[in-house]
Amino acid sequence: MKQIRNFCIIAHIDHGKSTLADRLLEHTKTIGERDMMNQVLDDMDLEREKGITIKSHAIQMQYLHNGTTYIFNLIDTPGHVDFSYEVSRALAACEGALLLVDATQGIQAQTISNLYLAIDNDLEIIPIINKIDMDGAKIPEVQDQIIDLIGCKEDEILLASGKTGIGIEAILEAIVKRIPAPTGNTEAPLQALMFDSVFNSFRGIIAYFRVFNGTLKKGDKIKFVATGEEYFADEVGVLKLGMQPVNEISAGNVGYIITGIKNAKEVKVGDTITLASNPGEMIKGFEEVKPMVFAGIFPVVTEDFEELRDSMDKLQLNDASLTYELETSQALGFGFRCGFLGLLHMEIIQERLEREFNQTVITTVPNVSFHAYTTRGEKIIVNNPAQMPELTKLDRIEEPYIRAQIISLPEYIGNIMTLCLGKRGILLNQSYLTTTRVELIFEMPLTEIVFDFYDKLKSQTRGYASFDYTPIDYRESDIVKMDILLNSEKVDALSALIHRSRAQDFGRKLCEKLKELLPRQQFQIAIQAAIGAKVIARENISAMRKDVTAKCYGGDISRKRKLLEKQKEGKKRMRQIGNVEVPQEAFLAVLKLD
Amino acid sequence: MAGIYLHIPFCKKACHYCNFHFSASTRYINEMAQAIGTEAALRRRYLDEPVATIYFGGGTPSLLSVTSLQMLLQKLRDNFTITNDAEITLEANPDDINVERLHSWKMLGINRLSIGIQSFNDADLSWMNRAHNAYQALQSIVLAQRAGFSNITIDLIYGTPTLTNEQWRRNVQQAIDLNIPHLSCYALTVEPNTALHKMIENKKMPDVDEEKQSQHFELLVRWLKDAGYEHYEISNFAKPGCESRHNSSYWQGKPYLGLGPSAHSFNGTSRQWNVANNALYMQSISRSTVPFEIEHLTPMQQLNEYIMTSLRTRQGISLNHVSAQWSEVDSMALIKGAKRYIMQGNVVFVNNHLQLTRSGKLLADGIAAGLFR
Ligand SMILES: Nc1nc2c(ncn2[C@@H]2O[C@H](COP(=O)(O)OP(=O)(O)O)[C@@H](O)[C@H]2O)c(=O)[nH]1
Ligand code: SF4
Repeated sequence: MKQIRNFCIIAHIDHGKSTLADRLLEHTKTIGERDMMNQVLDDMDLEREKGITIKSHAIQMQYLHNGTTYIFNLIDTPGHVDFSYEVSRALAACEGALLLVDATQGIQAQTISNLYLAIDNDLEIIPIINKIDMDGAKIPEVQDQIIDLIGCKEDEILLASGKTGIGIEAILEAIVKRIPAPTGNTEAPLQALMFDSVFNSFRGIIAYFRVFNGTLKKGDKIKFVATGEEYFADEVGVLKLGMQPVNEISAGNVGYIITGIKNAKEVKVGDTITLASNPGEMIKGFEEVKPMVFAGIFPVVTEDFEELRDSMDKLQLNDASLTYELETSQALGFGFRCGFLGLLHMEIIQERLEREFNQTVITTVPNVSFHAYTTRGEKIIVNNPAQMPELTKLDRIEEPYIRAQIISLPEYIGNIMTLCLGKRGILLNQSYLTTTRVELIFEMPLTEIVFDFYDKLKSQTRGYASFDYTPIDYRESDIVKMDILLNSEKVDALSALIHRSRAQDFGRKLCEKLKELLPRQQFQIAIQAAIGAKVIARENISAMRKDVTAKCYGGDISRKRKLLEKQKEGKKRMRQIGNVEVPQEAFLAVLKLD
Repeated sequence: MAGIYLHIPFCKKACHYCNFHFSASTRYINEMAQAIGTEAALRRRYLDEPVATIYFGGGTPSLLSVTSLQMLLQKLRDNFTITNDAEITLEANPDDINVERLHSWKMLGINRLSIGIQSFNDADLSWMNRAHNAYQALQSIVLAQRAGFSNITIDLIYGTPTLTNEQWRRNVQQAIDLNIPHLSCYALTVEPNTALHKMIENKKMPDVDEEKQSQHFELLVRWLKDAGYEHYEISNFAKPGCESRHNSSYWQGKPYLGLGPSAHSFNGTSRQWNVANNALYMQSISRSTVPFEIEHLTPMQQLNEYIMTSLRTRQGISLNHVSAQWSEVDSMALIKGAKRYIMQGNVVFVNNHLQLTRSGKLLADGIAAGLFR
């Protein structure tokens, strides 16, 4: 156990985490330069494209130092606010963390909140300034930021370049010297923290764990404490470049287990693996992940519902944080009301449905989860505009609030204030982390950041702001259900739950957008936005006047038939609302309002 | 009964709105005529029915020499069975029409002229970049009638920016006054890859005004009805008995053979079209090969074509015909599909036919698409 070092890398997106990880693997000869597939840790295509590690994985290296071979377990952490619970579990599996900061960028909010998480978990922090090979490297400035933040000494901060390899040896040495070896009792009842799982279509669920006490052997009958389910350890092993089965994994070490579980729902991140025969206690910190954002997902063509259901089932096998239940919409037919960790998670699910399952879907207006209290004192959880009680039966509504942390440059304070106050934010605190880094803390309704907050923040600060949030509580609020009507027919799929002060503006924009997107039809179309019976915005689409080709002779027939057949196909994909045909883009438009 | 179409791909200059296949250099016009004659011989077996209509279109067939025309007609007679009373139409531009030519055409057996008038208004004609002026337009008709051509059709274009409602009325009135038995009236259409398209794109010209076009159409329908014309297809009007046999055959699904570059042929179950390139066409024909692409139509595609073309005609979609040629199920589906258009007042159901109403005529495409199987 004395030779084991468990650590992770805390870094902002693009600060060089993957590159550094590759260098560590190379220097420890875990992979040869030749089979070096760039950036081994991010192994989903989608992650690579989005530049984020969605799922944490672990990789083991052996490092020979002064005649002793050390075992390093590098645990990867996801890099986006949507996945902060997963980050916390990965951190809990480590004794140390490399704090990686881009020398040209300085510290970002995301990094800070993860850093605090790491400090809360008593991790030894090794600060590293990366990309020192770059012209724009501002080493002294970043050093000051780091010192301000964690109160270390200047000479404790390592300088490195993942690209050129400068400083890599020093990092490896620091891992040995500064990160404490794990402690634990190999003979005690088994307690292993499950910090992540992946789905493999041949092997089922592969769960990653860190053993705190006891030993997990191949063939053991194990038990997940939170779910109470028992399984056999068909295979245990460690992760090198691939999976390497071993006979046992003991306290202090990190590994994987395969039990034949097929559904990700059964393995909950943060759960404790123990032995059925001699159970240990639950490791603290377990939480059920709760979806934050809800939206409907419907097949573009109603007949494809069964296929979509299949795809959702399969998707959930490897993404337990996705929740869904059946939903029916008058406009869109059968579909699912899905819960996501955040908007990014929602986008990822949508893209995976498209790429991996070939499903094109319509996603409805996302909303957070509201609490509605009826006049009879019932509490209703509203994840869907349709669940909103009638106005006459409604006593009050509460909406979720978050604590938002924004770090930026002092010159953007004004813009950020305007943005956040405009989003119903309440400024709690403003402090200078360093002379050039200011931190603003707001309390804000979650629903306000669901829509376009990130993009606005980016543009208001020219990208020099980072953002993180944690949910705090529910507060009473004037939330209304806004409906869209086409020729007086309600389009349920376009209803939105929204703060009254936003409704008018949102309704107007939505009506305008719909006017753009709805094809003209043989009669006039009235587009209205309404709260209850009160119309708050309207647009008209005049009837189509002329839709006829002038010539239809011998040479025109073939071309024209194809054109009209295509039009007919397009119509099939449209949804009929009353007498109005609505193309799918119209349903997606809501997501793209500015 | 079948038809033959000959495409003569040459014009003096390019009209701004035109997307037909033609070359503005007439250097090879005689060679081209020879090649088309050769194609006629090569494809002598394409039609198994006697030919009741022959149509010289283009391009500008009135650019053909009398010798070439004669040669082509002879080729057709040599290779096909042509009925005695066949309708033989020549498209002619006003600027090519003179007494001498008219007499020769008459001698050759051409019994119908389709004159590309487009407008009787100079501003309009020059806006379109036509090769003729208003005076030539008028004169060509008078000359043709004097030469003994009574079966004349003219093309008129409406909805151009230069044409007011009043000028449009005068154009139509002029045609009525000249006692022309058949009129093809087209809404100005912006086709891709035309000068007009580019000019609109570059904002050198306003886009077509849909409202104006609709008004012109509605006025036209009224005026011509009052003058005793029958509106027998969206863009075609005729005095009783003077419908174009050739064009009607397209809408009745009759077979036709198309000769010349870009010409389309149809034999009931497949459509094919020759390469739209003069040089490639002549090269290929010189090696006794017809350069074409072909498309075989499924029964459903055939039905859709029938729906699309017949809906545009006065008679409309005959459900008896659909039941007989396709199936009862298809015919029922058509009625069901037509219901919404009937409710809107755009389609009527009479004598087991689905017909467009006056308002429906302006919406024919969308309705046809909606009725497609
Ligand atoms: N110049 C320089 N570029 C680096 C260095 N480390 C990473 N990069 C580049 O920075 C970008 C982001 O690196 P990556 O490792 O993917 O960052 P991650 O998102 O934190 O995993 C890539 O284009 C890398 O090539 C470094 O030390 N020096
Ligand atoms: S004369 Fe006819 S074919 Fe030639 S360019 Fe003009 S419209 Fe087109």
